[in-house]
Amino acid sequence: MLARSCLRSTRAVGAVRNGAVNTSKRAASTSSSEAASPFRLNMAGSAATAVAIGSMAWYYHLYGTELHAMTPTEEGLHPTKYPWEHAAWTKTFDHQALRRGFQVYQEVCSSCHSLSRIPYRSLVGVTHTVDEAKAMAEENEYDSEPNDEGEIEKRPGKLSDYLPSPYKNDEAARAANNGALPPDLSLIVKARHGGCDYIFSLLTGYPEEPPPGVKLPDGLNFNPYFPGTGIAMARVLYNDLVEYEDGTPASTSQMAKDVVEFLNWSAEPEMDQRKKMGLKVLAITSLLTALSIWVKRYKWSPIKTRKIVYVPPKMGGRPNGH
Amino acid sequence: MATAARPLYNFLVRRNYIFLGVIFAGAFGFEMAFDTISDRIWDNINKGRQWKDIRAKYIQSEDDE
Repeated sequence: MLARSCLRSTRAVGAVRNGAVNTSKRAASTSSSEAASPFRLNMAGSAATAVAIGSMAWYYHLYGTELHAMTPTEEGLHPTKYPWEHAAWTKTFDHQALRRGFQVYQEVCSSCHSLSRIPYRSLVGVTHTVDEAKAMAEENEYDSEPNDEGEIEKRPGKLSDYLPSPYKNDEAARAANNGALPPDLSLIVKARHGGCDYIFSLLTGYPEEPPPGVKLPDGLNFNPYFPGTGIAMARVLYNDLVEYEDGTPASTSQMAKDVVEFLNWSAEPEMDQRKKMGLKVLAITSLLTALSIWVKRYKWSPIKTRKIVYVPPKMGGRPNGH
Repeated sequence: MATAARPLYNFLVRRNYIFLGVIFAGAFGFEMAFDTISDRIWDNINKGRQWKDIRAKYIQSEDDE
């Protein structure tokens, strides 16, 4: 209705401005009494627009804003994105780094964290030789099969044994750690938002002392990257904590980087093979795609280049019946 | 088809059992060549990163002991 009256009003204005043209049109429908004044029409239009914008803003205010179940403190600080070289899609793990990372796990992390899904055999050909892996496995004792009396004796570890856990079970782990369970690290890179970035940030992100105003329960340490910022694990990586056998300087970030890469391997031991196979698949499929495009063009070329000519029959003469 | 390729075509494709053999042998040969080449490219991209690149260090150090 508003639009129609607007149209009418412009037509009325036009009629005033250029009467000569409008004389031929039907001017009877545009009676002067029906045309509203431009001021009131502008007001009405502006008011309608304001109402529309206002209702949209109100709706957005009610339903449009993002809701967060947790405060930013509870979310934890987002980890920094680091340029992991092994994350590039044509790069394998750096196996020297994996070996160093295993050393860091063995000497530092394994006192609290288990790595229960990794057997010694999977280290062979990845970080260690067969003999080294056997020697490491034999350092631990495992339950053997029941003997003739039904007693279970201890035997030295074999390659097929899994890395020993520091605690007998989760309850023992909780009891030893002030109620906090150190998570198993086998799949931790896959199991945490941010993956490698998160774990690296967590390991290296402990401040010297918590910022003023932060109150944490006893036994918790401040780490901005940990959701809730209160983490039961204290900072463990300090410069020169381990001595690398290959002479790499064992700075905090170097150790964190190595152990994160090792944990990435333990979560995705198939990554090297997968990326290599992926590259082969891409090569073959691009070849086949190019081939199929060429075949299509080859087969269609006579159809695409043909010319259809229509010769109209001669008009006026008798229809020639052929 | 070019006249030079005509005898080759006659030999390889005319008889079905030979054509089948050509396909199988071609697949086998292509697979070998493709794997060899792509392995070489892959090892070149990841030079020094894989276990086989660092393996020698640890084998030798064991012999010394």
